[in-house]
Amino acid sequence: MTTKLVVGLDGKGSGDRALSYAKNLAGLIGDCEILVAYIIEWSPYSFQTPEENAERHKRREEEISTALERVIDPAVAALKKDGIKVKGMVRHGHVADALNTISEEVKASQIVVSRSSDGGLATRIFGSSTANLVMTASVPVTVVG
Amino acid sequence: MNNIYRSLIAIGAFASTVTPVIAQEAQSLDAKVNAAFASVTGPFVSFIFAPIPGTSFPWIVMWLVIAATIFTFYFSFVQLKFFKHAISLVKGDYSDPNDAGEVSHFQALATALSGTVGLGNIAGVAVAVGIGGPGATFWMILAGLMGMASKFTECTLGVKYRNEYEDGTVSGGPMYYISKGFAERGLPGGKFLAVLFSIFCILGALGGGNMFQANQAHAQISGIVGDYPGWITGIVFASVVFMVIVGGVKSIARVTEKVVPFMGVLYVTAAMIIILMNYDKIGWAFGQIFAGAFTGLGVAGGMVGALIQGFKRAAFSNEAGVGSAAIAHSAVKTKEPITEGFVSLLEPFIDTVVICTMTALVITISGQLILDTATGNYAVEGGKIATIGGTSGVALTSAAFASAFSWFPFILAIAVILFAFSTMISWSYYGLKAWTYLFGEGKTTELVFKIIFCVFIVIGAAASLGPVIDFSDAAIFAMAVVNITGLYFLMSVVKSEFVSYKERLASGEIKKFEH
Repeated sequence: MTTKLVVGLDGKGSGDRALSYAKNLAGLIGDCEILVAYIIEWSPYSFQTPEENAERHKRREEEISTALERVIDPAVAALKKDGIKVKGMVRHGHVADALNTISEEVKASQIVVSRSSDGGLATRIFGSSTANLVMTASVPVTVVG
Repeated sequence: MNNIYRSLIAIGAFASTVTPVIAQEAQSLDAKVNAAFASVTGPFVSFIFAPIPGTSFPWIVMWLVIAATIFTFYFSFVQLKFFKHAISLVKGDYSDPNDAGEVSHFQALATALSGTVGLGNIAGVAVAVGIGGPGATFWMILAGLMGMASKFTECTLGVKYRNEYEDGTVSGGPMYYISKGFAERGLPGGKFLAVLFSIFCILGALGGGNMFQANQAHAQISGIVGDYPGWITGIVFASVVFMVIVGGVKSIARVTEKVVPFMGVLYVTAAMIIILMNYDKIGWAFGQIFAGAFTGLGVAGGMVGALIQGFKRAAFSNEAGVGSAAIAHSAVKTKEPITEGFVSLLEPFIDTVVICTMTALVITISGQLILDTATGNYAVEGGKIATIGGTSGVALTSAAFASAFSWFPFILAIAVILFAFSTMISWSYYGLKAWTYLFGEGKTTELVFKIIFCVFIVIGAAASLGPVIDFSDAAIFAMAVVNITGLYFLMSVVKSEFVSYKERLASGEIKKFEH
């Protein structure tokens, strides 16, 4: 059976470290598929103006295509070049929740993320996405420093 | 951007220094605006509020009540039976996780609420209680409960017949469901009614959605900083609204959208605290509300007076049957239009049954309304209940809250300004949708409407409350005349959606998603 790894990218350099770690891991495992995921932070409980609502569908499509273009497609292309089985996906939601949901959907054996690159007051109060993922994930999580 | 802020500050500074000099002249300018406005809008207002021959009951109030009653029975008390389901929908229990990132039920409801929760809940209720006595509250709650069925009908249609454009944007509302729904069913006159609705919607946007807000915001600010000409408030407000709707300064709108719900919660919490502090008077207050509902307790017009005020203010506050919410709700992402109908029925509940009732209770409990101890009835002066300090409208609510917390008028002033602002932003969108329905989409046509909208903010702030409130009510009720006519012809469409949905819900075909 193919082992599946979910790699969460954040569109920054730290995400690349997670990706290269997963690539090495996949090489060691052998029969392995990597799912590269980018999560667009979004809450169904945020407040929007009527105009933003009317344009929401359009914006969502734009957000997804930008994420694919800038983050996912290059990562997928790089892994494919190295002969690794790979799929890319973009989702909206809370980072920790969404990565966990994806790993459950595809029955992944682990999630690989980089150490959180976000900081500041919000992180001190609510914790980082990575910390939240480690605490709530239902599969093992590897945090790459 | 900084330049705009600087100029705004400069306008403010200029206004405060030159005010004493030009005050007299400006007051007479206000008076002129007021007189001109009253004479232009007079005939329209008298027609909308014309009493049913032989009674003192305005036909328009009867029109709304009958519609809400018919929808309540036609959908066999959907507002009670599907209340829990509505909450479940808002929580996202039935939302497909693959639709994450689209407009959620919660967002559509919150956006629609920020257009309705506003001065109607603070100032409008004070007007109702000030004229109709505490008894008006009873009729207001009843109208709110019944209005939930009207809202359910119009918002289901709003989603069902919305326009979805190729670029992914959506437009919906009564003008779309009336024209498309009538055509689909082979009924004549759809286009005519849609055009008529759009005209009234533009007037409503300029009246209740704009002038009334500007007017009461000015009343609130001048109540704190002292009297000064209304046009100054008008110009400041108009500049900020202009920056948002023309300049596309989304950050202001975004801040408002976040602060408004917080203010709403703060307002209800403060009201709850005041009510609980006076727990010994709660029974008495409800006694006044019930007794007043059927006798009027001496207010002008007696029971009918209380009833008219209650129904009028409820309709003005929650806009059920008016059709405005159908515009706001139509952006939601759902495969089942009726789900948005269920969600929307929470709107009159939150707006009227919860928030308006809080205001009415605080005013009643605070003892601002003067009771004639000899008769046990309210002391009436010039058609209104006499109040301590002769306050009315938002000033009455402010005084009532101040009786418990002396600092509350400051919080209320901020709340009023923000509520007024968010309502203006919402209504500028409703009005714009009606405007583009009539004149077509396009940058120039949109700009023309947006400029007219900003000019009316200045007029609204300068005019006195009487003519503004009459015109605002009249324009909003005129929308209801057309919208409800459309709803009668299209309610069977909602019924078949309703029956099908209920069957699929019972059979388990529609089920909750695991999140």
